[in-house]
Amino acid sequence: MTDFFGVPLPALFGQLVLGLVNGSFYAVLSLGLAVIFGMLNIINFAHGALYMMGALFTWMFMEYLGIGYWWSLVLAPLSVGIIGIAIERLLLQWLYKLDHLYGLLLTFGLALILEGFFRHLYGVAGQPYSIPDELSGAINLGFMFLPKYRAWIIFASLAVCLVTWYVIEKTRLGAYLRAATENPALTQAFGINVPLMVMLTYGFGVGLAGLAGVLAAPATQVGPLMGSNLIITVFAVVVIGGMGSILGSILTGLGLGLIEGLTKVFYPEASATVVFIIMAIVLMFRPAGLFGREK
Amino acid sequence: MNANRSVQIAYAIGLVLLLIAPALIYPVLIMKVLCFALFACAFNLLLGYTGLLSFGHAVFLGSAAYITGHALKVWELPTLLGILVGTLGAAGLGWVIGSLAIRRQGIYFAMVTLALSQMVYFFFLQASFTGGEDGLQGVPRGTLFGLDLADDTNLYYLVVAIFVGAFWLIQRTIHSPFGQILKAIRENEPRAISLGYDVAKYKLLAFVLSAGLAGLAGATKTVVFKFATLTDAHWHTSGEVVLMTLLGGMGTVFGPVVGATVIVSLQNELADKVGSLVTVIMGVIFVVCVLAFRRGIVGESIALYKRMIGEKTE
Repeated sequence: MTDFFGVPLPALFGQLVLGLVNGSFYAVLSLGLAVIFGMLNIINFAHGALYMMGALFTWMFMEYLGIGYWWSLVLAPLSVGIIGIAIERLLLQWLYKLDHLYGLLLTFGLALILEGFFRHLYGVAGQPYSIPDELSGAINLGFMFLPKYRAWIIFASLAVCLVTWYVIEKTRLGAYLRAATENPALTQAFGINVPLMVMLTYGFGVGLAGLAGVLAAPATQVGPLMGSNLIITVFAVVVIGGMGSILGSILTGLGLGLIEGLTKVFYPEASATVVFIIMAIVLMFRPAGLFGREK
Repeated sequence: MNANRSVQIAYAIGLVLLLIAPALIYPVLIMKVLCFALFACAFNLLLGYTGLLSFGHAVFLGSAAYITGHALKVWELPTLLGILVGTLGAAGLGWVIGSLAIRRQGIYFAMVTLALSQMVYFFFLQASFTGGEDGLQGVPRGTLFGLDLADDTNLYYLVVAIFVGAFWLIQRTIHSPFGQILKAIRENEPRAISLGYDVAKYKLLAFVLSAGLAGLAGATKTVVFKFATLTDAHWHTSGEVVLMTLLGGMGTVFGPVVGATVIVSLQNELADKVGSLVTVIMGVIFVVCVLAFRRGIVGESIALYKRMIGEKTE
């Protein structure tokens, strides 16, 4: 059997695919954080909890209403987005004039509420969610078996990221958005409804988190705590990439996922910490982040 | 002068209450409150007086708890020396994490401290000396000047001495020239730089001091409870100390003490009654504080008092 530094190739490729899967989640989640931060100047600590809700809604739709995966793929992010809009209107909009730190604290409180609530309902144990029939099984690529669902996660996440990038960088709506990020008062003076855009941006950003949750549902155990550790890793991803560039967050997310996958093969003890170690190194040599701009 | 007098009276009342309290309330509960109050005061030194929001402070509490536990149990050091080793260990860790984190400002500072503390948390989870999920159990309390600290009352007065000493140190720091520079950095960092202060050095010193004092709280807590667990180092605990400071009033002298007392008693009362809903309640307090109660209990009380005596608030 062929191997690479003592690791059989199929196992290596398997871990790399898993790394890309994790990287896809990092990319979608850090993209949502970056979009929200750009408009609202708030680091959304509730992002992990909203990701968890995306997955949990998917499971609940199936369990209580019999709604399948494909419908959930639309309905769950939409529900999470609507909840996000409610959060923005009811709570966040009062904080824009204050120090950014209050936004972090408020969304941290929200994360505690959401997680505690669902933990009260469902306990800490995860619920299984089966892979839809169309995506079960694996493709034989000759050098490895690629599980179809993993390929789908990577494909869907990349597609969503690229569409988001296109909308923000290349369309008129995106131009308004960038203008409102740069100078909200001036943009408002040109007759663009900035508060509405802020509201929709938050809804869209957390909708992305919800979508990541749906994609994750069949790949992991769906449970109330699935988001909380993930979000801290995503924070590290955001620090490494910097939030200045959309393509930057996507590349950083995928790249770190791959590195994590490789670490799992060669030095599994460090796989949980490697992202944080990279963050420390980046802070030493490039404090603004790989794609960030020094303010 | 008037304000000074009332602060002195408050100190005196507080001290008397602390000395007679074990006759009225279960001493272990008060010791727990004191440990968390010290933890919150150390945190307030950083957030309230330097304007740095560290979202990973639990890791200093937790690391000192483990180091002290290990020192007392495996190396069999005397109790005070064990606490000292834990405190110094936390300060050292604070130096490492602080020098990385001060490279970024504001919101990024919070994220960096959170991420680095998560890294240390994973290290504790995997390392053998921490006992992993089970925690480090059976730490002996030892003796002090021939007094057996296994007796709750003896230990109580040691904990009170530690708390009062650390509290005094924090007050001295705040009112020293060093503390004034920290406040200047909080109010306007570019101006502090333009005045020629090496801001990074001051921030790092404040961070190390705060980490060390948080460590002192963690070390003392290990001696009180005779164990150290992963919970001490978890980000949930980091969030709790933020909440205590926010609820009590950040940037006030007694705020963190009041906040810690309220939160610890609340958790103590509610734990059996509502179970996992405690997290929800903590979250609700967080949201309410941020939206409507940003000065905290002590801050609002001071503002109310000033309004009553007709002084203008800023």
